Amino acid sequence: MLKGKTAVVTGGSRGIGKAICLKFAENGADIAFLYAGNTVKAEETLKELEALGVKAKAYQCNVADADAAAAVVKEIVKDFGGIQILVNNAGITKDKLVPMMKAADFDAVIDTNLKGVFYMIKGVYPLFLKQKGGKIINISSVSGLTGNPGQANYSASKAGVVGLTKSVAKELASRGVCCNAIAPGFIATEMTEALENDALKEAIPMKRFGEAEEVAKLALFLASEQSDYITGEVIRIDGGLAC
Amino acid sequence: MVFEKIAKMLAEKLECDEADIKLETEFGTLGIDSLDVMELLMNLEEEFGTEIEMGENKINTVGDLVKLIESKVA
Repeated sequence: MLKGKTAVVTGGSRGIGKAICLKFAENGADIAFLYAGNTVKAEETLKELEALGVKAKAYQCNVADADAAAAVVKEIVKDFGGIQILVNNAGITKDKLVPMMKAADFDAVIDTNLKGVFYMIKGVYPLFLKQKGGKIINISSVSGLTGNPGQANYSASKAGVVGLTKSVAKELASRGVCCNAIAPGFIATEMTEALENDALKEAIPMKRFGEAEEVAKLALFLASEQSDYITGEVIRIDGGLAC
Repeated sequence: MVFEKIAKMLAEKLECDEADIKLETEFGTLGIDSLDVMELLMNLEEEFGTEIEMGENKINTVGDLVKLIESKVA
């Protein structure tokens, strides 16, 4: 489905990002993934990708750093010869009630989750414009659509991603570039490990957390030509949580 | 020389006569949108082997673009 394409996935060493890397690789895409700092996990993921017979490379990069993001895009283009798919998945949480949330907690989450997406899009923008095509998939969150207590910073960043997605979609629609967002609910990853309990599952109409692979399947659809007429869309994948 | 190059590129893109493109011609009147100008700018970067920081300058007319390129190439 993605043969001959190069996909860049931020936050690709674990969780949803890793599942997306593997799903894309299974479908023939070469993978350049970014990770913040966990070299051990990154190397594990890299091995799994290479075992699938595609070209893969891991790049340590903090997407919240505008210069680092711009530089890594250039490096990837040099290594892979081009980029056709960008998945902005890297995200962090610093959950606290508002009175306890320091300005620095707010800034850190906005810097990675929202500005990081902007910097990466800025990096691929001229490439996609020139090649008159490309797929941008931003991982937002149900939290950004409905809000969530303790996540003022996170939900603000994820709501920001929705607006960013729609603006970029409109800017580049005439050039055949699609930009969409995925809004996952509770997905079983390290990020949500501490949250997984029966009361929470009870609140989800499907009574279970989602699997990272389920999000990856949706990302595959949005990265493939099956979704060529879809842009500026936000798709929830949450077991009915926010419907 | 920069102007001639831009005029030629525009004439090719728009399938019009190079003579119809003047320094004071506004891109809007040529039916060229801001993304087209960006594309043009990228092609010129390649042509002249220079890098131009985008977003700093307002480019409304062919002359604006010529001035910008000349400032980088000179």
